[in-house]
Formats: sequence, structure tokens, C-alpha cells
Amino acid sequence: MVRRPTRHSNLNQEAPIVEIRGLHYTVSGRSIFDGLDMDIPPGRVTAVMGPSGTGKTTLLRLITGQVRADSGSIQVAGENMRTLRRAGLYTLRRRMGMLFQNGALLTDLNVFENVAFPLREHTNLPERLVRQLVLMKLQAVGLRGAAELMTSELSGGMSRRVALARAIVMDPEILIYDEPFVGLDPISLGVILRLIRRLNDALGLTSIVVSHDVQEISTVADNVFLLSGGKVVARGTPQELRSYPSEIVRQFVGGLADGPVPFHFPAPDYFSELLSRSE
Amino acid sequence: MNVIKELWRSLIDALVGLGAVVRFLLHLLMFTPSALLRFDLIVAQIFNAGALSLVIIMLSGLFVGMVLGLQGFQLLQRFGSEESLGVAAAIGLVKELGPVVTALLFAGRAGTALASELGLMRATDQLSAMEMMAVDPIKRVVVPRFLGGVIAMPLLAAIFSLIGIYGAQLIGVQIMHVDSGSFWSQMRAGVGLGDINEGIVKSCIFGVACSLIAVWEGYYAVPTAAGVGRATTRTVVTSAVVVLFLDYLLTAAFL
Repeated sequence: MVRRPTRHSNLNQEAPIVEIRGLHYTVSGRSIFDGLDMDIPPGRVTAVMGPSGTGKTTLLRLITGQVRADSGSIQVAGENMRTLRRAGLYTLRRRMGMLFQNGALLTDLNVFENVAFPLREHTNLPERLVRQLVLMKLQAVGLRGAAELMTSELSGGMSRRVALARAIVMDPEILIYDEPFVGLDPISLGVILRLIRRLNDALGLTSIVVSHDVQEISTVADNVFLLSGGKVVARGTPQELRSYPSEIVRQFVGGLADGPVPFHFPAPDYFSELLSRSE
Repeated sequence: MNVIKELWRSLIDALVGLGAVVRFLLHLLMFTPSALLRFDLIVAQIFNAGALSLVIIMLSGLFVGMVLGLQGFQLLQRFGSEESLGVAAAIGLVKELGPVVTALLFAGRAGTALASELGLMRATDQLSAMEMMAVDPIKRVVVPRFLGGVIAMPLLAAIFSLIGIYGAQLIGVQIMHVDSGSFWSQMRAGVGLGDINEGIVKSCIFGVACSLIAVWEGYYAVPTAAGVGRATTRTVVTSAVVVLFLDYLLTAAFL
């Protein structure tokens, strides 16, 4: 597959578009990230994986500036997310698109108006042009025929495709997917996988996909970061990850029930608790 | 000692909460000029908060007016001054019952709808999605709803009072045979501009209070089913208490 270079010539091809150094983040006294380092290269599909509760979605929220890190630095397209003020953050977000886990479509608007929403809010384009842009994006996700449907009439997979059309309508540089495969049937899952790859290559995007679906993500990602215990425990291509010399990676990739991530939640001794007199 | 500590802590919490609400109101007012430029969004919310509440407001106004007609007639008849029914009903409705009952109904019908809508938007990530599209949800979603409520409330109160007067007339004149001329002429002579102004000021302030409480509770609702439920309940309860408290203060101020 021929990959087009990114459209944004001001960005050095070799420099990471997202650069995280020494990231520390704590919620309610619980450390989520403890010195995380990560470089996300431009123009690729990068997967961020890890067991549930490792902070994958939190990492997306930190990258997009929805929450602020305690310490460390997050550079996104050359902007420091820790010090960026609200106006700068909104300017940067116009260069990003995000697909939420549930689509997060606006329920009082139909499909067409949902996709047109960012255009109407940020541009003064004539209605004819808005219509053409929206129909082009809907065509890209295969839902041009559903333009007049309300969001309540869409299936889970269709909602996510509409949300994807909305995420790319402003032609972003970075497209972020939060658990895009959750709850999808095999056909919808295949469609979303194909769209992630196709949109990345056709539009010259940088895609960041947060997921814990090892098999699915292996077919579409160029790079994978595996998170555990607040740090990156493995990085490489999906093929490299399969033979990675680490117990946690083997457990995660092999889907093993017990290992470094224990099957049992920490608890007192089983027999002692059974035999103790309940109060 | 513990009781005093608890009371002190509750007082501090209440003051902190009040400060946060005032800050939120200032935030809404800051965005009001730019929101007025997109008046179509506000018109849609006036329809949601106002037009969709019309039936309940008109029905309630009619029955409240009819009850006033009955009670007022019974009372005034004892003193042989049943011709004053018109002015008694009109003053009661314009100055007190119109603004207060409309505000309570508004909180129950439009306030809960606003709070639950915003709460569900929060729970389903719609507000976060707007943030990610570089669209400020306060400016795009909250301010038009707040202004829609603020504009709709005095209009609803005026309609309530008018229908209420019609209800009082229906009972007093049509059924109890109070002289129609006395009913209307005493009303015209007895209800001054000051009374109407008092009703308008009250309904405007109640409109700000009820709309503010609804959007505050909805916007900061815990994003779960139980959280949205709590937000709608708190909207009604807080609005009712605040409206009655403000009514006392305003009545005292107008005396």
C-alpha cells in the first residue's frame, strides 16, 4: 500500500507529532502514570494498548488537553499541553478529530447536521459547500444514504461511522480513536478497521487508537505501545510484540487469565476468611 | 462541639457552593452578547421552555383563578363588598400567584427538562465531543437554554395572570353573578402600574433563578443514570425553595 506523505509540510517527518516525557498523573491519590515516555510518529497508525484500568483513555484525555498532567511534558504538534491556555487549546483541537467510544453524536440533530456541526460552528461556508463536504465525508464512511436519519435510528456501528465522518470533516492532522471496536458485530468491526487504515493513508493523518483488542489492532496498526503500571512496558510493531521477551506482554497478547496481572483482586487469605466468624 | 463543627462546615460548604453558582452565572452573562447574535438558538429554547409549557401554565392559571373567584367571593360577601372581587383577584394574581406559581410550574416542567437534557448530554459524552470539536459547550448549549428560560418565564407568568383573571371572572361574574361593570372597573381603578411592575420584576428574577438552577444542576450532573435523576430532583426542590425565599425578599422590598 502506497502511503501519502502528510499534508503539513511544516512538520518534520522524523519528529514525533506527540512527544511525552516523564508524565506523572495521579487521581484520588492513585498513580495512573509514573514517568511515562512516548513518541508517536506522524503519518502512522499507532495503537495504545493495555489491560483495563491502565489509563489508556486517561492518556487520550491528557493528549487532547481534557485533563492536565501533574508533571512531565506533553507536546502535541509542537504545543505544550501543560501550559497551553484555553484559546490555544481550542485552536489546536481544530487540528484534531476524536472518535468517542459511544460516538457521542448530538442526539437532537440528524446525521447530516451532526457531520455539518463543526463546519457550521467554525466556518461561514455557503450552504451548498457545506452540503457537498458533508456528503463527501458521509460517502467516505459509506453512510451518504443515511444523511436524513436521526441518531436514534442508527446501530452502534453506524453511529461510530457517522462520528468518524464528523471527526474528519474539518480535515484534521491527528485522528484519535477511543476504544473504537467495543460492542461491534464482526461486519461493523471490519468496516471500522478498514476505515481507520484507509482514512489514515488517504488523508495523510496521524491516527492514535486506544484499544485492548489485540487481534483487531494487529491488522491495522503500524506501531503499538503496551501500557502497564503507569509506564510503557513494550513498544514495536504488532509482529514484534508477539515475540516480546516480557511476562506481561505474553499474558496480554496471549490473553492468559493469570500472570503479572493477577486473576484475583488483592484480598485476605481465602481459608482464613471463610473460617472466620462473620460479624 | 461536633454539632457546631458540622454546622460551621455546612455553612462554609454552602458559601463555597453559592460562590461557584455566582461564578457560573457570570460566565453565562459573559457569553450572553455573543449568544444574542445567534438568536435562532435562543428562539428554539424559548419554544422548548415556553411554548411547550403553555398548556400546563394556562390550565393551572385557569383553575387558580377559579379558586380565587370562589374563595374571594365567599370572603368578600361577608363584608358586602363582592364587587371588589376583580381587584382582589387581579392583585393576588399579578403580584404573587402569577410569578410564584408560574415559577414553580416552570421549574417542574421546563427546569427538569433542561437539567435532564444537559445531564444526559454530559453522560453520553456529547459535551466532551463539543469540547473536542473546539466548541465551548457553555456558549453553544448552556447559554441559549439559560436565556430561553429567562425570556420565557415572564411571558408565561403574564399569560398565567391573564388566564387566572379570566377564571376569577368566570366564577365571580358568570356563576356568582357579581356585577360585571363593578368587577372590571374596580380592577382598572385598583391595579396600578406599580403592581404590574412588581409582578414583572418578580417573574424576571424567578426566571433567572429557575433557569440558572436548572442549567447548573444539569451541566454539573454526575454522568450516570442516578446522577441525572438526582440533578432533576434537586432542580425542582432548590428552585421551589429559592423562589419562595426570593418572593419574600422581593415582597418586603416592594412594600
